[in-house]
Amino acid sequence: MGRPGGGMKLSRSPLLEERLPAWRAHFVMGLLLLGFAALLARSFYLQGVNKDFLIGQGESRYERVLEISATRGRILDRHGDVLAMSTPVKAVWAIPEDAKLTPAQVRQLASLLETDPRELSRKLAGERDFVYLKRQIAPDVAAQIANLKLPGVHFKNEFRRYYPSGEVAAHMLGFTGVDDAGQEGIELAMNSQLTGKPGGRRVIKDRRGQIVEDVESIKAPQEGKDTVLALDAKLQYLAYVQLKQAIAQHKAKAGGIVMLDAKSGEVLALVNLPTYNPNNRTRLSGAQLRNRAFTDTFEPGSTFKSFTVALALDKGNVRFDTPIQTAPGRLTIGSATISDAHPHGMLSVAQVIQKSSNVGAAKMALAIPAEEMWQMFDNLGFGQPLKLGFPGEAAGRLRPHKRWRPIEQATMSYGHGISVTLIQLARAYQAFARNGDLLPLSLTRVDAAPTMGIRVFTEQTAREMRAMLEMAVMPGGTAPKAQVPGYRVAGKTGTANKLEGGSYTNKYVASFVGFAPVSDPRLIIAVMVDEPSAGKYYGGEVAAPVFSGVMSGALRSLGVAPDALEKPLQMATIPPAKEEM
Amino acid sequence: MLRLNLILLAAVLISALADVSINHRARKLVTSYEREQERMRALEVEWGQLQLEQSTWATHARIEEIARQRLGMHTPRTNQIITANP
Repeated sequence: MGRPGGGMKLSRSPLLEERLPAWRAHFVMGLLLLGFAALLARSFYLQGVNKDFLIGQGESRYERVLEISATRGRILDRHGDVLAMSTPVKAVWAIPEDAKLTPAQVRQLASLLETDPRELSRKLAGERDFVYLKRQIAPDVAAQIANLKLPGVHFKNEFRRYYPSGEVAAHMLGFTGVDDAGQEGIELAMNSQLTGKPGGRRVIKDRRGQIVEDVESIKAPQEGKDTVLALDAKLQYLAYVQLKQAIAQHKAKAGGIVMLDAKSGEVLALVNLPTYNPNNRTRLSGAQLRNRAFTDTFEPGSTFKSFTVALALDKGNVRFDTPIQTAPGRLTIGSATISDAHPHGMLSVAQVIQKSSNVGAAKMALAIPAEEMWQMFDNLGFGQPLKLGFPGEAAGRLRPHKRWRPIEQATMSYGHGISVTLIQLARAYQAFARNGDLLPLSLTRVDAAPTMGIRVFTEQTAREMRAMLEMAVMPGGTAPKAQVPGYRVAGKTGTANKLEGGSYTNKYVASFVGFAPVSDPRLIIAVMVDEPSAGKYYGGEVAAPVFSGVMSGALRSLGVAPDALEKPLQMATIPPAKEEM
Repeated sequence: MLRLNLILLAAVLISALADVSINHRARKLVTSYEREQERMRALEVEWGQLQLEQSTWATHARIEEIARQRLGMHTPRTNQIITANP
């Protein structure tokens, strides 16, 4: 190339000479601008319009929402002993399509799961996408299965409820289903309190599945609250053993015990038989499941005479020593006749209780207006459920007084033609064990008991009733077998024919309700034995010994000071030849 | 001017490296925190199981059986009880 000025001029290039048309440059410029505009629009679209979707997509690649499970609350007895508790277990599930196992693997898995290998193969051959192989297995077994590294077999966290006391407190506690929701008893009654609410949190996991960053807590888990029952596990066991023994001895169909704290209205023990083991509910019948003390009503029989007599005393109709003619042991009202098991002749009011005379109670009842008698039963809580929140609580039968005929009023005075639950009966006896008032019952522990309940009888009446009921357990009464060495006890027997299909059968319900120590009553125990069929059927023979056994053990275990050193009150006996009532 | 730029460049580099290392350490700490939490949960489970075991060993039926059969204990009769009044 030569220097400028020499030879050919550079600017003389023929291409430049030819002057390209201007639109070509503009066209290229336009294309470039368009390109930038497209980039801008795209980035605006990604950053602005479609932002949320993309962020979501990105997060789903590394963020995980973890569920934080909440444990169901425990059920504790009044001293804090565990009665029911949830522990984590695993459910083993599989995707049949992925779970292609060799016969040896199937056998291994079946032996760990304790199932039949053929059953397992059948499950894995199914059409479904998801199949539970076994639920609620122990965590260590699950770990062993996980070690086998079987394809398509997965685990899920679950809870299992354990009841260390087993069948002893089964009816009181109830149980939960496989999904940890209450189905019976306290588990159902207090379900909302016991149930925890699972929470959740968002985290970032790395490639190895380790959590590397806590992003946020979506919801804090709410652990289920523990429930502290009024129940005393030791007293409950005591009652269970004594009742079980009595039922076996008397070949009875069923039975129940309720123990109340007379000072606070707490339910300290509640046993029903037959019972079941809540930890293993493979074979259950309705008869085992029923919480009889709450759901089954029965005609109470003579335990009701105490209320009739108390009302007569309260109204001033009689005094404890008023004579009543019960001879000849029969009383005809209209076309019906009521009679005593043993004819007695002339009895004082106190002796009517002591000897349990139907005729005597009926005569006192007929002197009371029906409405007042109904009002008393209603005040005592009969004919209405206790509303403790227990499932299936029965009200019992108390017909409106306007429809009472005299014969019905007479039979009700000794506990026929009326039906109650065992817990209602125990509660009503509070009126005698306390000074004529009733406290509401409580299934949970009461720390500050009300000192005064709803008054039903006067203090004077309650005091006199205590003395009369004490006579009933002394020699000459119907239940000397209810005595407790070292303590003064009081109570009343009941023996009622069972009503079946509208007529009375020769099957019986034997019962006893009483309290101790009489000088300052602490415990009320009601015992009911259904259809004793080994010969004896009187409340004093069948139920009273159970009362005595449970009461003596309970008083000793609670450390109640013996009071039998005092001389018991002497009750008036009838002086000969006096006018009849 | 050039020197200032170099200093700023170095500062930016150091801060960037520090950020990376702090982040890494934070993640490691979170991981070990999670591990400890996992351990806490496992211990809670174990505690629950021990509580259950304790109440199973302490059932009144078992205590009574051992007291009566193995230790030969019995309920005192009334005349064997002396009440001490405070």
